Amino acid sequence: MVSDYRIQGATGDWEVVIGLEVHAQVVSNAKLFSGAATAFGAEPNTQVSLVDAAMPGMLPVPNRECIRQAVRTGMAIDAQINKWSRFDRKNYFYADLPQGYQISQLYHPLVGEGQITVLLDEKDEASAKTIGIERIHVEQDAGKLMHDQHPTMSYVDLNRSGVALMEIVSKPDMRSPAEAGAYLRKLRAILRYVGSCDGNMEEGSMRADVNVSVRKPGEEFGTRTETKNVNSVRFVMAVIEHEARRQVDLIEEGGQVAQETRLYDPDKNVTRTLRSKEDAHDYRYFPDPDLLPLELEDSFLEECRASLPELPDAKRKRFEALGITAYNASVLTAEVETARWFDSLLDAGAEPKQAANWVVAELFGALNRLGKSIEDSPVSATHAAELLGLVADGTISGSIAKTVFEKMIESGDGASAIVEREGLKQTSDTGAIDAEIDKILAANADKVAEYKGGKQQLFGFFVGQTMKAMQGKANPGVVNERLRAKLD
Amino acid sequence: MGELNIKTIAQLRDGFRAGEFSAREIAEEFNAAVEAGRALNVYTVETPENALAAADAADQARQSSDLKPLSGIPLGIKDLFATEGVDSTSGSNILKGFKPPYESTVSGKLKAAGAGMLGKLNMDEFAMGSSNETSAYGPVISPWKRNDGSNAALTPGGSSGGSSAAVAAGMAPGVTGTDTGGSIRQPAAFTGITGIKPTYGRCSRWGIVAFASSLDQAGPMARDVRDCAILLENMCGFDPKDATSLDLPVPQWEAGLSSDLKGKKVGIPVEYRIDGVPEEIDALWDKGVEWLRDAGAEPVKISLPHTKYALPTYYIIAPAEASSNLARYDGVRYGLRESPEGGNLDAMYAATRSAGFGAEVKRRIMIGTYVLSAGFYDAYFTKAQKVRTLIKRDFAQAFGECDFILTPTAPSAAFGLNEKMSDPLAMYLNDVFAVPASLAGLPAMSVPGGLDSQGLPLGLHLIGRELDEQGILNAALAIEERAGFTHRAEKWW
Repeated sequence: MVSDYRIQGATGDWEVVIGLEVHAQVVSNAKLFSGAATAFGAEPNTQVSLVDAAMPGMLPVPNRECIRQAVRTGMAIDAQINKWSRFDRKNYFYADLPQGYQISQLYHPLVGEGQITVLLDEKDEASAKTIGIERIHVEQDAGKLMHDQHPTMSYVDLNRSGVALMEIVSKPDMRSPAEAGAYLRKLRAILRYVGSCDGNMEEGSMRADVNVSVRKPGEEFGTRTETKNVNSVRFVMAVIEHEARRQVDLIEEGGQVAQETRLYDPDKNVTRTLRSKEDAHDYRYFPDPDLLPLELEDSFLEECRASLPELPDAKRKRFEALGITAYNASVLTAEVETARWFDSLLDAGAEPKQAANWVVAELFGALNRLGKSIEDSPVSATHAAELLGLVADGTISGSIAKTVFEKMIESGDGASAIVEREGLKQTSDTGAIDAEIDKILAANADKVAEYKGGKQQLFGFFVGQTMKAMQGKANPGVVNERLRAKLD
Repeated sequence: MGELNIKTIAQLRDGFRAGEFSAREIAEEFNAAVEAGRALNVYTVETPENALAAADAADQARQSSDLKPLSGIPLGIKDLFATEGVDSTSGSNILKGFKPPYESTVSGKLKAAGAGMLGKLNMDEFAMGSSNETSAYGPVISPWKRNDGSNAALTPGGSSGGSSAAVAAGMAPGVTGTDTGGSIRQPAAFTGITGIKPTYGRCSRWGIVAFASSLDQAGPMARDVRDCAILLENMCGFDPKDATSLDLPVPQWEAGLSSDLKGKKVGIPVEYRIDGVPEEIDALWDKGVEWLRDAGAEPVKISLPHTKYALPTYYIIAPAEASSNLARYDGVRYGLRESPEGGNLDAMYAATRSAGFGAEVKRRIMIGTYVLSAGFYDAYFTKAQKVRTLIKRDFAQAFGECDFILTPTAPSAAFGLNEKMSDPLAMYLNDVFAVPASLAGLPAMSVPGGLDSQGLPLGLHLIGRELDEQGILNAALAIEERAGFTHRAEKWW
């Protein structure tokens, strides 16, 4: 789908061109080249090995699990996996970089070209757009400087030093903040399905460098700026909007966009120059002589592929094939936890379409109210399937189901037990229903006359009155049938 | 008893096992020799208590028949090796006082094999030098003197200058060295001892301070070929902590020693006859060929056409890697820190590294930074990598025609201190014969061949096929048996 997002300038409409470099922290118990742990939030400098602190004579040894996770991620975006790749050193001095270089992959990345398809409108397959991925390479994270510990000195925390990152580089294929947002959300979902990154942007385990340029539609790419380390989808979209506007204004005022690195200030919602091209480091990349090239065997690749779960797109299509609406399928597959929960609901025997409607309307509503995530749902998938089963087989009505659900949340008991205990079973006893109908028709002779005079919409009123009189327990089908018999 | 400090490791081991002397007697004698030899500036740290403790353990082990391969043998350890709790400074001010909380794999293996440690050996700063004059501790003085009565202080070679001098002066029966571009072989040649650099990957680099990672290899230096075999067996072996370590069993080199070279071919590379090399070195080379022929080997002329590019290639690759490897000495976490008043982080880096590194190290960091820089990378670094591949191919082709290669170890005998410090290129030329084998990762060793007209030792250099340490040890043994090199530096210190 072609984006019609435009920046209105004095000289006409401008198109924005966006590429994202996403740094995703690899889920692994140990760092990329050392055995040190990687838990978030530990006391400073408690997860640092001799290698991470770059002590003299220490050597990196690649962690197989980190490589495996990156390969699986590459497979999940349908990318070329390079059986031969190599690590390079990116040299620069900074206090959070103990080795004086970052081990990364410039020349021969682990993962080559792939793609991700995003839906710009969840209800509409026709809104699909494919965003190209240039590459995924694996690299070390740096440590962290702490400037608030001492009036005149900075402290260094090396817990993050050496943690494995995947740098996922998109092609400049996005044309609006919405597309970039959809891409990031989809990428995050895939990473979380695969289990290679927890996607937690607040904790910094996923962050994006945002490349933005503007051009008149159809013209060559303009000069791009790169805004570093943006840590939420919302901020990424804000950066694009702000940066595109800034560039358009600059060009239209006769200026030129400088190729530079910028920083985003979320408090003021502006970007500002971090360093210009002239100040850019010469990183002196060269192959790391401490490491041999990485050569992947077929058996390893097969194992990686076999361990991949069903991915969001495949799951969505499967759900749709079960009769679930495109919108519901999209919502149910957006987060891996929801998708897993829903799959267990289906496994427990729930009817897919009804189950999807119930999860999206009832369960999400309840969870929202309770401020809980689906993983902490007070009602288990098994109990939910039981509840939906009672509705499906006519034991309780849909409205009683809502009451039962409330009681399930309060008590944690199963649906059948509650229905039994509270006497909420639906009745199809025509004798009892007929008796109530007769009373209602007698009490509303005027409305009966109106109905018979052609005011068909009053039928619903009679149904409602009957259900109310039956305390919701009457089988709506039977009520309908009996009312028609008596009125028509 | 007495004169234990001029015995070989094999003699000490066997005599100790036979009960001729105790390990404590050995250690005490070497400790005394170390103390008596301080004028040579061989050791940067002396650890007599460590040598004694290991000796006592060895004496007990002998009682309980629980001997290890090196029980009773005290060794000197080059300062480039991290030794737990003992200053490990790589001959540099930037690491002054640095006591690592860990032990290098190689020195750890030697200690686990029963060896004691006499101390840490002086060396060129970060192993960058061929004369031991770049050390922050000052130069090592060779025990050797010219026979012209000049009494000039001579270099023991470098960078393992403390190592070579320690063995030559009877201040250790054997030592560790490291060899990036000749740092074991050239000092061995200069001091009349034997030293071997094994195939790249045989010895773990873990815990050895990195100079040029793709070239650095540890190896032993000792009085003779057998001692080198004994030590090498106890230094090599796969180490999962070094990604470039070879996962191969360690051969029993000592048991495999044989000077019978029947059926072997010794390659004589025509390109190693270079201008400016003294005639007596070429003459010794010819003598070496004859000794090997006498042992049964057939000499064949071979060609290593890219030899003349080896030195420039080395002086691009080694500094490039060094410039990156030495970036960690930044004053942030350990070692020297200089913080100028009111200065920022960059000022701290500049002050620390200016004060901490010596001139040669700075020169190589500058060269390395230059050859990796944008715009120069392809012309220098990429080109050098390509030439390195060609040099490896030269050897691969040559080994189709011969089993090992004989050359001189160095283009001269030991020179005087200060003679070459002002001319880096002349200094770098010292390694002209040693560097090609380093670039190819091949095993190579130096064995004494004789004395020059000034009474100074000259070495012969053997280069072997990948993993064929046994081949060059055997050829060196054949030379050793025929050269009859029993000369020792006359004690003047």
